Amino acid sequence: MNFDYNEEQQLLADSVRRYLAKDYAFEARKKIVASKDGWSPQVWAQLAEMGLTGLPFSPDYGGFGGGAVDLMGVMEAAGDALLVEPYLATVGLGAQFVARAGSDAQKKAILPAVVEGKLKMAFAHTEMGARYNLAKVEATAKKAGAGWEITGEKFVVLGAPAAEKFVVSAKTDKGLSLFLVEKNAATVKAYVTLDEQRAGDVALKNSKAELLGTEGGALPVIEEVVDYATALVCAEAVGAMKFACDTTLEYLKTRKQFGVTIGTFQALQHRMVDMFVSYEQAKSMACLAASKADSPVDAKDRARSISAAKIKIADNCRHISQEAIQLHGGMGMTDEMKVSHTFKRLTMIAQQFGDADHHLARFAQLN
Amino acid sequence: MDLNYSQEESAFRDEVRGWLKVNLPKDLRDKIANYDELSRDDLMRWHKILAKQGWVAPAWPKEFGGTSWNVVQRYIFEEECGFAGTPPLIPFGLSMCGPVILRFGTPEQKKRFLPGIYNGDVFWCQGYSEPGSGSDLASLKTKAERSGDHYIVNGQKIWTTLGHYADWIFCLVRTDSSLSKRQEGISFLLIDMKTPGITVRPLILMDGGHEVNEVFFDNVKVPAENLIYEEGKGWTVAKYLLGHERMNTGRIGGSKRELAKLKEFAGKQKGDDGKPLIEDARFRDKLTRVEVELMALEITNLRFLDQMRRSGQPPGADVSMLKIKGTEIQQSLTELSMQAVGPMAQPFKSVANDAEFDEFTAGLAPRYCNFRKTTIYAGSNEIQRNIISKMTLGL
Repeated sequence: MNFDYNEEQQLLADSVRRYLAKDYAFEARKKIVASKDGWSPQVWAQLAEMGLTGLPFSPDYGGFGGGAVDLMGVMEAAGDALLVEPYLATVGLGAQFVARAGSDAQKKAILPAVVEGKLKMAFAHTEMGARYNLAKVEATAKKAGAGWEITGEKFVVLGAPAAEKFVVSAKTDKGLSLFLVEKNAATVKAYVTLDEQRAGDVALKNSKAELLGTEGGALPVIEEVVDYATALVCAEAVGAMKFACDTTLEYLKTRKQFGVTIGTFQALQHRMVDMFVSYEQAKSMACLAASKADSPVDAKDRARSISAAKIKIADNCRHISQEAIQLHGGMGMTDEMKVSHTFKRLTMIAQQFGDADHHLARFAQLN
Repeated sequence: MDLNYSQEESAFRDEVRGWLKVNLPKDLRDKIANYDELSRDDLMRWHKILAKQGWVAPAWPKEFGGTSWNVVQRYIFEEECGFAGTPPLIPFGLSMCGPVILRFGTPEQKKRFLPGIYNGDVFWCQGYSEPGSGSDLASLKTKAERSGDHYIVNGQKIWTTLGHYADWIFCLVRTDSSLSKRQEGISFLLIDMKTPGITVRPLILMDGGHEVNEVFFDNVKVPAENLIYEEGKGWTVAKYLLGHERMNTGRIGGSKRELAKLKEFAGKQKGDDGKPLIEDARFRDKLTRVEVELMALEITNLRFLDQMRRSGQPPGADVSMLKIKGTEIQQSLTELSMQAVGPMAQPFKSVANDAEFDEFTAGLAPRYCNFRKTTIYAGSNEIQRNIISKMTLGL
């Protein structure tokens, strides 16, 4: 039993935190969010320079072979800073499929480029009406010469506007399968999400595609990778929650009403305490999620732990974000306060990769 | 990061688990499982079994019978006891008065009191709360006036848990009421319950159970040698005692056992549609949320223990958090258990003819009533929030 990051993990988390505090402070981030593409090539290059784009990938492809726990500190820092770069889409989703299901040739062609920060990816999966059901896919793929062609529409594909390569799910005669699709073979309708990230709808019409993994065998891989990404957003949530708690506490200690700081009021003290308790409980479940996320031995145990974590994270995202705004009063509602942006990210994490209800149902099935 | 117990820790847990399996008497196990009231004999029998094994006071110094276990081992031991469903070890002697005597007692006091506490020959109770002094303990009024080599004690204590079983009581008493700082006139006194002038009156709770009492002191003559530490320094002693909370403030082992029981039980109960209640999404989701909260609390507790082990510091305000969450979980479990039996929660155990009613089922609603105490006792959960607010958050 040991809950500390090891020295390397701590050093990495600290250096990411330091870098983001310096170059990704709220004002700098604002400019990136307002820019045309909504992400920063300079920041992306820096993340690659620090080894973050290669962190979870095998040294065979230039990576560092890190586990989900190694990424946990990074994701906490990302949550604190409200990172909008397409990191999760590329490193937590897109390239994970290649690393787990790709052929040697595909890995060689793709992973070194991801590690070096030269290739961004996205996972185009969710379709209209599928909600959180990972098995519900209508897009179809059929053989065309040596390759494949996909037709279908995918919605709210995180990181789609920046992606140079998509991992796309589609059905073949043998069932749900995964494919690689180049950016220019798809049509992307880009937009900004509530939490200021970039996403898009991806339309595919007889789009040229390359099979990734076993035809008809995609669902377990999709579940594995989505569980992995869920563990990462749990850690990101913990970082954002910590910021929300800290900044609210700071506000209680400085804001004065009736001639005293509002932190002297017991009604507010107890609510603040409950926020911190929520944070500690959420952190515990994020630790559980990270420690189970890349254990390939027992898929059921992994899925059960991830769902349990996501239930707690979703509930506590809501609790902490809502209380943070309430305790800030009107100021918390304003766009100029970072806490309102943290509120929006926590709001979206609560229902990213399945809301509490979805994971309650999944947990019960796995029990 | 590794959330699993180490090999040594797992081996220790298995040792404890195996020992409990063999040594917890079946009749006591059944009483706990059926939520029966435990007699003084039941409690002391279990105490003596552990004392014989040398496991009754793990945190005490080795020379007085401690086990030299580290904080993680102590936690594992207590949680395994909870999980197995042993009778509780009554904390008043072992975890409260004992540690106080070990820290502040004279050699004579140690020699006189510690063996009885350890061996379970003397049953202790706690005289802290008074009718006008609940959460605001420092306002206590029970007076002890020095008269030669004795104190004369007058006043009243309340909520004295198991006072009707007790041989001795440790009390906070006011030895000086002239001081402006209320905490300064308080002393810590040990009193033999057989002393003339002491009356114990039961306070029957809404579940029909007799756990707590009022204790009246009418010119009770207490030898001055029963004073612990210095006169007027009782508050220091009381604060030290607070820092010596048990490791299992969250009562995770016990809640795990109750959860497993509830799941099994809700699998057998039928919902309105005739299907197992546990398949009813409305019920099941409530149950799952409690289960997840409990998973989180177990990890949170282990995280705190890991920190303590590293820093060597006693638990701080963290314990307050474990108390808040642990008691909320315990209450949720009793509420869901009662809800699970539906209309059959209505027959009242203490009135119903046991032959006609399932004793376990009839015990669920009284237990729900009884467990409302958990967020009130040992420093109400609001007091715990005050502690976190002040100590951790600096508000």
